[in-house]
Amino acid sequence: MTVGTIRGSTAVIGTGLAGLGDASGFTHLDLLGLAVHRAVTDAGLALSQIDGLFTANMVNILPTLAVGEYLGLSPKVAVGTNTGGNSFVDHVLWASLALNAGLCDYALICYGSTQRSRPGPPPDAFPYEVRYKPREPISSYALACARHMHDFGTTREQLAAVAVSARQWAQLNPDAFARAPLTVDEVLASRMISDPLSLLDCCLVTDGAGAVILTRADRAPDHHAKPIHLLGCATAQTHRQISQMPDLTVTAAAQSGPRAFEMAGLRPSDVDVLQLYDAFTINVLLFLEDLGFCRKGEAGALVESGAIAPGGRLPVNTNGGGLSCVHPGMYGIFTIIEAVEQLRGTAGERQVPGARTALAHGNGGLLSVQTTAIFGTPETL
Amino acid sequence: MLGMIDQSGADGAPGATYDTWLLAGEFRLQWCTSCAKQIFYPRTLCPHCGSVELEWRPSSGTGRVYSTTVVRQRPDRGGDYNVAIVELDEGTRMISQVIGVPPAEVRIGMPVSAEIATREDGPLVLFRAVA
Repeated sequence: MTVGTIRGSTAVIGTGLAGLGDASGFTHLDLLGLAVHRAVTDAGLALSQIDGLFTANMVNILPTLAVGEYLGLSPKVAVGTNTGGNSFVDHVLWASLALNAGLCDYALICYGSTQRSRPGPPPDAFPYEVRYKPREPISSYALACARHMHDFGTTREQLAAVAVSARQWAQLNPDAFARAPLTVDEVLASRMISDPLSLLDCCLVTDGAGAVILTRADRAPDHHAKPIHLLGCATAQTHRQISQMPDLTVTAAAQSGPRAFEMAGLRPSDVDVLQLYDAFTINVLLFLEDLGFCRKGEAGALVESGAIAPGGRLPVNTNGGGLSCVHPGMYGIFTIIEAVEQLRGTAGERQVPGARTALAHGNGGLLSVQTTAIFGTPETL
Repeated sequence: MLGMIDQSGADGAPGATYDTWLLAGEFRLQWCTSCAKQIFYPRTLCPHCGSVELEWRPSSGTGRVYSTTVVRQRPDRGGDYNVAIVELDEGTRMISQVIGVPPAEVRIGMPVSAEIATREDGPLVLFRAVA
């Protein structure tokens, strides 16, 4: 098998969400179990047919064992790679390779978290940085944001436009956690946390779980009327700690994006809807630039024009994103689920009419690692 | 092949050596003797070329602010403080804190100079804004 044969070879046949918002009393595995049940039902499968397990979380050091046991699975393939919030988008690539190799037939990617109601322990502290007491992860993103503002004249108003756009999408999504109207002035007036990022530049802290099931393209039509095919997927990493990022204004999305597009045989102008991992408002600007949707330094003006909001020419984070829909600590799986929802044409009021291609982009660590996945409807094959 | 660490030489565990120099009043960093690059943070091998031939040398201690943020904190908990990425003249970058000006007045590009401070959890390098 070569890279060129991955395009279209696997498809998403089931997705499930559970516990979005506040799920007090439940554990992360309880929520994961409910999301998996919904995904398995969506795919017309019995849980026992799952023979590939791909999972990560911030609680279990041995995630595939904890999750496999809870679900009652003993899979043929189990991958627990944890690179932070992008992990699940990255899992899509390894699930597709395992499916293509015949190592498994039904690959389950899943995640659950109670970050809001029962927060877990913080990640490992880095000895050379913890002494200076950065408020992580916010301070790292703030440092990248400050440099972007310095180099390109990006403004807080432009960052606020990202948060307002996300809220406008969330108002169209009954599952979104934050749906009250929001203005640029309210974002600017919100409490400063780590300059230049204020409270409303930061994502929500919610509970939530998600599950995605993939199978080989030849089996997919037996399970879902509209399988959503993986067209391209790539991951790139640059660092762990923000001080080691080669250029604070260029993320590894500048590597993962072109590789994913090459695999998909598409260009940015071919993408109908984007799901970009928006842990902070600055993320959306960085990823729009690095993935090639505008030139470096021009994303601020692009979002300020209303392009990414409902009715705009470049719909971004149509579920409301991590800023207004859901963010349990690792948001990546929700980018996949919303991409699939849009391509199935089942997104209700927030549906992007006629969407045939969708990009799901995951970010992990402190802008450390980036995964770009591109999905398409059957007619894009 | 011997898998044991040679404890007899001057090159002990990198993290401990870094702190030992700071406690002795010197800001030293590792240089790779193969590719001549400075390394931070302390390691057992050079991330630029893979060599393990590293030596500790005094850093210039001078550099510029590469980026900066103010961590907001209530006055009764100690108030706001600066966190910055400093790029040393040698090219390496490290997280630190710029002192000598109010946290919000630290600017990208500002020249800074290293000072060693000792706090409860160990020694650390701070950077003072150069007038």
